[in-house]
Amino acid sequence: MTGASATKGRQIPDSLTHPATRLLKSWESLLAVVVVVIFVTNSFASPYFLDPWSLSDATYNVTEKLMIAFAMALLIIAGEIDLSVASIIALASTAMGFAVTLGAGTPELVAIGVGVGLICGLFNAVLVTGIGLPSIVVTIGTMSLFRGLSYIVLGDKAYTGYPADFAFFGQGYVWWVFSFELVLVAGLGGVFGVLLHRTNFGRAVYAIGNNPTGALFSGIRVARVKFILFLLTGLMSGIASVCLTSRLGSTRPSIAVGAELEVVTMVVLGGVNILGGSGTIPGVVLAALVMGLVTFGFGLLNVPGIVMSIFIGLLLIGVIALPRLWARLRIQRG
Amino acid sequence: MQASPSDRPVLRLSGISKSFPGVRALSGVSLALYPGEVTALIGENGAGKSTMVKILTGIYQPDAGTIEVDGQVTAFPTAAAEATAGVTAIHQETVLFDELSVAENIFLGHAPRGRFGLIDKAAMVAQARALLARIGANLDPTITLKDLGIANKHLVAIARALSIDARVVVMDEPTAALSYKEIEELYELVERLKAEGKAILFISHKFDEIFRIADRWTVFRDGELVGAGMMNAVDEAQLVQMMVGRPVDQIFPKRQHSLGAPVLTVAGYCHPTEFQDINFTLHMGEILGFYGLVGAGRSEFMQALFGITRPSKGACRIDDRIAVIRSTAQAIAHGIVYVPEDRGRQGAVKGLPIYQNVTLPSLGRTSRHGFLRLAREFALARQYTERLDLRAAALDQDVGLLSGGNQQKVVIAKWLATRPRVIILDEPTKGIDIGSKAAVHAFMAELAAEGLAVIMVSSEIPEVLGMSDRVIVMREGRMVAEFGKAAMSPEALVRAAAGIGERAAA
Repeated sequence: MTGASATKGRQIPDSLTHPATRLLKSWESLLAVVVVVIFVTNSFASPYFLDPWSLSDATYNVTEKLMIAFAMALLIIAGEIDLSVASIIALASTAMGFAVTLGAGTPELVAIGVGVGLICGLFNAVLVTGIGLPSIVVTIGTMSLFRGLSYIVLGDKAYTGYPADFAFFGQGYVWWVFSFELVLVAGLGGVFGVLLHRTNFGRAVYAIGNNPTGALFSGIRVARVKFILFLLTGLMSGIASVCLTSRLGSTRPSIAVGAELEVVTMVVLGGVNILGGSGTIPGVVLAALVMGLVTFGFGLLNVPGIVMSIFIGLLLIGVIALPRLWARLRIQRG
Repeated sequence: MQASPSDRPVLRLSGISKSFPGVRALSGVSLALYPGEVTALIGENGAGKSTMVKILTGIYQPDAGTIEVDGQVTAFPTAAAEATAGVTAIHQETVLFDELSVAENIFLGHAPRGRFGLIDKAAMVAQARALLARIGANLDPTITLKDLGIANKHLVAIARALSIDARVVVMDEPTAALSYKEIEELYELVERLKAEGKAILFISHKFDEIFRIADRWTVFRDGELVGAGMMNAVDEAQLVQMMVGRPVDQIFPKRQHSLGAPVLTVAGYCHPTEFQDINFTLHMGEILGFYGLVGAGRSEFMQALFGITRPSKGACRIDDRIAVIRSTAQAIAHGIVYVPEDRGRQGAVKGLPIYQNVTLPSLGRTSRHGFLRLAREFALARQYTERLDLRAAALDQDVGLLSGGNQQKVVIAKWLATRPRVIILDEPTKGIDIGSKAAVHAFMAELAAEGLAVIMVSSEIPEVLGMSDRVIVMREGRMVAEFGKAAMSPEALVRAAAGIGERAAA
């Protein structure tokens, strides 16, 4: 077959861009460079940075949020959002704490934490895909609802007295410096990466995010996919709640306040389009590394927490604005 | 010719041309509007009527031509200067603001001002009430617009026209969504506007109303002026002839007629609002045309057949087995696929590459246990895009970067890759250039020859006549006529679609 003839039977190439070129130009590559720069800067700035145990401790800054960010990434790529995730953590944790007072053991606690997460996800899913309400409104509502329930149950008290072996999920180590949470989040990253990038389900997520009507007209079960995504987000919030509750060893109704915004920040910093349609799991992992390393580095340098959140805020605005400014500059020159 | 007092037009457009990429919408047309008279603008869909309205109201600027107001050549209106040029339009879907009150809608942009330049609400409501009374509308000016029906919204738009002292009122299919009684009231209003000396441009597909209220006619066909004159010197047959009477100059593919076994039988399909009692049987190798005016319920019925909406009643059989279609996925599983009219939203998934668009409904076949196999996807996409002679740089190119015609090819390739039994094409050649049209027609013939059953929804008479083995005409959600190959004629189709025959019989 000749490629030059313009008649029928012309061969259309699969791709004109070499995979390596695409990788080099990608957002993920830029994030990887940022990670390396922060890593090197930190190791020069503080002699304590390169210690394996302190690095291992630092992963707790992001592990629980990253678990949720995986599911949130899929949800945002599909054009929806769930702002109730931190409140799901609170409600699930409260349920576990209540179960402890009734004498529940570790397996029951895990089942309750994960189960409450799933039920909360189901509630969001029904409101959004069943009734057809906008997810941003629904989940702002359930954000108040779920945490409000925790406050009603707990007031200004706290649940403590979790069983000793329950501490493993947030404080245990699988091998050397590798904590249970770190191993779990790595495994979940693999699962979500494959789900989004290697399955029909992941393809449907992208199609829905780019054009929900077009996806529906192509035979995609749009409502079903979105339903599953809300369930997954609830499930991951439940798992994160088990880990966080185990790590803290106590439940207060204010647990994980504001975490939903950090999760969304992580997802958007990772290159997921907030309007849906594009983004990758490796990008989200790299964004978590950036945020974790910055937090850890600033901590070592005794930079106050408020400066950290200012920095993360600026970083977020920067990463969204820079590509657009860059594109505008190129248009003006060209 | 006539020595009537309204011999001098208030507005005259001459030599108007307007092109869009790939389409010449208007070429050198003229239009004159006279004070105190209704001019009917007549033409098929795509004849250029809407483009003309958009030029009149300043939404488009023409490529060439002049505009005269009272014999003086002036600048073409721009959207903002529309009111000052004295032209106001009342569309099928009137452009008003649902959340504002009736009075606010009437006076938006030129409300009476009180102290400090603030809007004098009391004066505005009073003036609105006076205007509404002038057109005999019994409406409360303080009510929010969204609480009104279409007919009353038209009244508000007309009151607005009076408030800006418009000299020209454009009515683009104003009766399309109105009940019989509301239409009568609108006619009375038109008479009142005439008495006030307004020049009215009235666009309609319904011949009975054109003959009822118009004084003059102008016919457009394919973006050109066919003729113009007084209503009392013309009859329906002549107008229909001018409107559709082009020689069927497009060459349509010759087809061997050997219809196969019945594939699809639709029995008593109903929908609460969109369509009623649709029945037909479709055979292998057949091209069945669906003709009708815009809003006749054709697309709505097709989308019900494709599982987008659910019919309230009725059954559908495929190969003589009952097929339950509650979702697009089920329709596709039964071999029914739909190429939509609204390509931007419902057709291609822009943002996804070409190959992913093609394989989207076929992932079940290209994947294994739910896991993607890219090599198979590329192979399937290549097979069908090459068959359709797609022009693209690479298969991983974003489908949104392709031209409209090529996007349409991607959508068709997507459906052929599912190996369908029945393909529904909704306005398959709307807005695409002549060359691509011929390619689409040839391809449809090829598909039918391979035994696929084809349903073609089209508002273009030559296309319907040239391609269909059989035509069903729909009007107001019902099947009103069915023609075999031999009985089809442009006049018969137009009459059935517009309900002319029934009026004569009644």
